[in-house]
Amino acid sequence: MTTMTYLEAGKAALAEEMRGNPRVWALGEDLGRGGVFGQYRGLAEEFGAERIVDAPISEAAIMGCAVGAALAGTRPVVEMRFSDFALCAVDELVNQAAKARYMFGGQSKVPLVAREPVGMWRSSAAQHSQSLESWYTHIPGLVVVMPSTPADNKGLLKSAIRCDDPVVYMEHKDLWGLEGEVPGGDEHLVPLGAARVALEGSDVTIVTWSKTVHAALDAARSLAQSGIAAEVIDLRTLWPWDTETVYASVWKTGRLVVAHEAVTVSGFGAEIAASVGEECFGGLRAPIRRLGSPRAQIAYAPPLEDVLRVDAAAIADAAAALIR
Amino acid sequence: MRRPNIDTERLTRHFRDMCRVRAFEEAALKALAEGLVPGPLHPSIGQEACASGVCANLECDDLLLSTHRGHGHTLAKGADPEAMMRELLGRAGGCCGGKGGSMHIADFGVGMLGANGVVGANIEIAAGAAHAVKLLGDGRIVTCIFGDGAVNRGPFLEGLNWARIFDLPVLFVCEDNTFAATTRTAAVTAGPGPAARAESLGISPVGVDGNDVLAVDEAVRDLVQAIRAGGGPRFLHVKTYRLTGHTATDAAPYRTTEEVDAQWALDPIARCGAELEAAGITAETLDAIRTAAANEMDAALEAAKAAPWPDLSLAFTDVQDIGAPVPAGPGPLAGIEHVRASTPPIAPGGTA
Repeated sequence: MTTMTYLEAGKAALAEEMRGNPRVWALGEDLGRGGVFGQYRGLAEEFGAERIVDAPISEAAIMGCAVGAALAGTRPVVEMRFSDFALCAVDELVNQAAKARYMFGGQSKVPLVAREPVGMWRSSAAQHSQSLESWYTHIPGLVVVMPSTPADNKGLLKSAIRCDDPVVYMEHKDLWGLEGEVPGGDEHLVPLGAARVALEGSDVTIVTWSKTVHAALDAARSLAQSGIAAEVIDLRTLWPWDTETVYASVWKTGRLVVAHEAVTVSGFGAEIAASVGEECFGGLRAPIRRLGSPRAQIAYAPPLEDVLRVDAAAIADAAAALIR
Repeated sequence: MRRPNIDTERLTRHFRDMCRVRAFEEAALKALAEGLVPGPLHPSIGQEACASGVCANLECDDLLLSTHRGHGHTLAKGADPEAMMRELLGRAGGCCGGKGGSMHIADFGVGMLGANGVVGANIEIAAGAAHAVKLLGDGRIVTCIFGDGAVNRGPFLEGLNWARIFDLPVLFVCEDNTFAATTRTAAVTAGPGPAARAESLGISPVGVDGNDVLAVDEAVRDLVQAIRAGGGPRFLHVKTYRLTGHTATDAAPYRTTEEVDAQWALDPIARCGAELEAAGITAETLDAIRTAAANEMDAALEAAKAAPWPDLSLAFTDVQDIGAPVPAGPGPLAGIEHVRASTPPIAPGGTA
């Protein structure tokens, strides 16, 4: 175990995979100087400009190039800088990367990872703060991953790079500096599609992911003071999502809160709520609650931004209300 | 038209290859008329010289990316016409398993990495394939054929810029058939056109009469040679004319019969035949080539017609490794309307 930040863990994952496989390479804007958040710092020195590629500000070309490079036998890791900018490359990801394998009848897979940093990051405003993960869960062919801890950022990114499917890999910008214990060694792989029970409890299930996991854990601590034992499930992978772990927890607790930073309407919480409604109806002792951002653009001024955020108090209140 | 010292053997090969493309599409149109092609067809009749002239200069393991109008390119790259015809009819044994159809025709076995239904999207993909080829250092080159309509899309700028700044081994071929879908490209394109745009990005363009197969062949030969020598990207503007509508069912009322008739007089196959005759190849020999092509494609069509539909389970394969759908219910496809995801945690495992 080594203590490192979420940012360093992601960098370690990429460096290990690049050392282990010469077909792995990365491309994106400003990577040669370490990337916009420093998550590539030092990699150009180790691997050279041919494998840590400084791209023009051409998101569509970065993603499209990765599709071609994957079809031609390499394993590109794409950096989109902000998930908001990845919208400039939606054709390349959705119409090309996600469909090539299927529409060509399985003649080739498209092993690429699209790193798309998400989330509110103080006063970044409407075009640098979104959480659009649910869009990608709707697209057959894509895997969607959202790590919440340094250990997972290492283990999930390594798994994503080894995965033969196109993976949308969404790191949360507000977690870059988060420190945690990270298993050393090459073989720390966190399986895609497996949730993590971050805290066990028997009264209410809180399903969440990415940065909201930490708010949910804070909420669970405050609920514990009122004698409520919340189980917090960090989904880690949104597609495929770990129905088995979630359903088992709901059958145990009978209550479900889904909390995420994205807009509630058509957020991935809706999919989870609907699925639990279909599969665990007999086990539910209270209505399912969904917590997310209001359907509003994300504001610049700190107090305005904060009212849009799902925080620990909101999660605790929602969970407690199911039990009263 | 009479050129000195032409290589009649090579020109005859072009004649045969172009006849095969024409015959394939004529067979496909016949199948469409019989109601056997469930999706759209975008014929390339009149543009065969581009397919033949380009692909004659590519090795089997060189990579090619094409457009929704890609039957000719695919066939000229070496794909099996019967597998292609099965694909057009949506039958078992189609080159994409019946999952792509005409617009997504592909044969990775001969380096044909797919026709693309999104105009211009193949330009960036080709640049990326060339980037991989350069990274792997395996000596292959990449060719990307796109239409004149594609030059008004962002990927044209982004992809050419990318290929130039990274000095990639890629040949861009703008197969300019005069029309962007059902609109004259000139009416919606600012400036002097595709070649000037390539030039502005530091890629010297070469222009060629796209209905003169030998001219295309020679131009591509030089460009491919330069790319193989490490010269970076090259650009060829192939000027031709689409003799059919945008799709097989487009009657193309946006142009006159006189205009189309005048263009038929420039039919690349007829021109090639006339040049061969002038060089001493007999009309009988050329007829035999035409007949052989027609017979080959008719046989491909008959085989495709006799082929069954794909197994229904194929609707659920090749989606993805992790989180792929499985049909619910007891039988293989019972309860197909209730398809749901299987989401067992699956350990990741790369193959390459």
